[in-house]
Amino acid sequence: MAQRAESEFTLDTASELASAERSTEIRGRSPWFLAWRRLRRNWVALGSLCVFFAIVIACLLAPVYAKHVAHTGPNAQHVLEQITVNGESRQVVSSGGYIDKKSGKPCVISGPECTLISAIPIGPQWFSAGGRFVLGADAIGRDVAVRLLYGGRTSLFVGIVSSAICTLLAIVLALLAGYFGGSTDFVITRFFDLFFAFPVVLLGIALGAALAVNGLHWGPIQLEGSNIWIPTLIISYVLIPYVGRPLRGQVLSLREKEFIEASVAQGARPWRIMFVELLPNIASSVLVFFTLIIANNIVLESALSFLGAGVQPPTASWGTMIADGQQLIVTRPWLALAPGIAIVLTVLSLNVFGDGLRDALDPRAKVKIEH
Amino acid sequence: MLSFLVRRLIGAVLVCIAVTFIVFVIFIVIPGGDPAERIGGKLATPQNIINIRHDWGFDRPFYVQYGVMMQKMLSGDLVSYTKGQNVADQIIQGIPATFSLTIGASIIWLFFGVLVGVISAVKAGKLSDRVITVLALVGISMPVFWLGIVARYYLAEGGLVTWFPDGGYVAFLTNPFSWFYHLMLPWVVLAVLYIGFYGRVLRGNVLDTVNEDYVRTAKAKGLAPNRIMVKHVLRTSLIPIVTLFGLDFAAVLGGGAILTETVFDLHGVGQYAAQSINDFDLPPIMGVTLYGAFFIVIFSVIVDLLYAYLDPRIRPT
Repeated sequence: MAQRAESEFTLDTASELASAERSTEIRGRSPWFLAWRRLRRNWVALGSLCVFFAIVIACLLAPVYAKHVAHTGPNAQHVLEQITVNGESRQVVSSGGYIDKKSGKPCVISGPECTLISAIPIGPQWFSAGGRFVLGADAIGRDVAVRLLYGGRTSLFVGIVSSAICTLLAIVLALLAGYFGGSTDFVITRFFDLFFAFPVVLLGIALGAALAVNGLHWGPIQLEGSNIWIPTLIISYVLIPYVGRPLRGQVLSLREKEFIEASVAQGARPWRIMFVELLPNIASSVLVFFTLIIANNIVLESALSFLGAGVQPPTASWGTMIADGQQLIVTRPWLALAPGIAIVLTVLSLNVFGDGLRDALDPRAKVKIEH
Repeated sequence: MLSFLVRRLIGAVLVCIAVTFIVFVIFIVIPGGDPAERIGGKLATPQNIINIRHDWGFDRPFYVQYGVMMQKMLSGDLVSYTKGQNVADQIIQGIPATFSLTIGASIIWLFFGVLVGVISAVKAGKLSDRVITVLALVGISMPVFWLGIVARYYLAEGGLVTWFPDGGYVAFLTNPFSWFYHLMLPWVVLAVLYIGFYGRVLRGNVLDTVNEDYVRTAKAKGLAPNRIMVKHVLRTSLIPIVTLFGLDFAAVLGGGAILTETVFDLHGVGQYAAQSINDFDLPPIMGVTLYGAFFIVIFSVIVDLLYAYLDPRIRPT
């Protein structure tokens, strides 16, 4: 066999040689397979992915929880109602007064330790109220646990959809800039540079505030100020340069490689080279960026919503819930703690998984998200 | 070097002009509809809106509108219609608090960021590295305003203790001790995110640099490990940190610490913008956005110059 290979060198020789070997010994392994094998060994990263999916599923099941466990909706107010806790009847929102800052109990003598509160919602009941008000109520008697799940839906929607839009646009811009170079590249990189001249949160707030007043009215696109697509679009645009710039760098170096030259020599059109030749080669970075950008966008959404330039009330989102909770933090810290913990868990799980994914896809890669 | 400086400054001026145009596009063009209604705020009467429309030139072509806006912004005539205050005055009033917050926090985050990065790189793979990496990731994953609210509640409002004052800002000249005391918590809260971030970046850089040939040469010469780390490895690894630091510093100086300022009630430039959001009062936000962008542009020039000084390889000819 080997002698034949030396004497008659044909294009088939390599595959003929391979076919003579036992198939169990040599097996083609794609980079994706190798990456998966590395990722599989990274228990921390996989565990984080599970945590993230658990959060997503919990939030998707929000209507089920609301209907069958809490028996209320995310915006239903129960200010004047009474609930039964361990056989005792208690008011959902008690009238306010002077409250001791430390203990949260009514003040006997007013002093510097006391603060005036307009209404005191019921605290976390865990499961002693038959599934109602598990995490307590907010100032206008809404069930915090239900809002936490619905808020998660909003925050995850904004985070994931905006990352998808952001990554898609960044890919297209990076491919155009990197492939065509010259004046196209100049225009696109200047566009990126311009966005870098604004602090991210400030730019988001500027757009958010400008659009929240009267909404977006552009021909067929008519969005009201409270529409959830407004923060989603803002967040996706604000971060395009942060993904686009590093991707452009990669495209630029790939463009000089031989396989692109070969493709050009074969007469491939630009779009084919961009999307069939170049895109698969930056796919691993794109995947890592996508994961990390979701984490980043969830934080950004909560920041904008907290300041009032993101998701508009009464729609629940983790950011608006923290803003609501801040007013009552002295008496009912859980109102602000719960959504914050939800954000930290979600974002941390995505960051850890993104890190593991990067290590698995390319152990030497330097894909970093600069905020 | 001089020609580089001149070119860089011309570029910066062009960017500033482009930035003003973006501000115009964001507030006047993108939202569509009637800009006068937006600028006027929620409480504007129909007559106010008509006046604003005329005053800002919204009944004239867009280049006139841009010109009017620029004239208002640069001459300090920008007025918040909701509150009836001059925007430039309010921004100037907020500057001491914002600068105090930025300078203190940046010292903390630079020092601890470098410390964290070096320790975790030296101990790479060991338990201490893992613990630091996890802590850094937690730091990065926490929304800064939430950390601020929680820290303020537990450490200042009596959730656990009352070691710190409950928000507010005291001018340095009024009482330096009180100034320091009021800013301690905001400094640390703002720094946490950056410490985690810088630590991770520096760790990666150090681990890359350690494998360079010249580091091996230094080892072969028999230099002490500490000396190699400080003189050979860190000097190179810190260069990207300079860029990051310059731009982050500028962003925070330019009102980017809007969340920390709001949570701790520091009355800085960022908080001024944040307060205006609730009233849908746009002129202050326009002013602060432009102010922030200018800072970043100026600092990116400074960073480029520093960069050229620190790294001869990229020194422009």
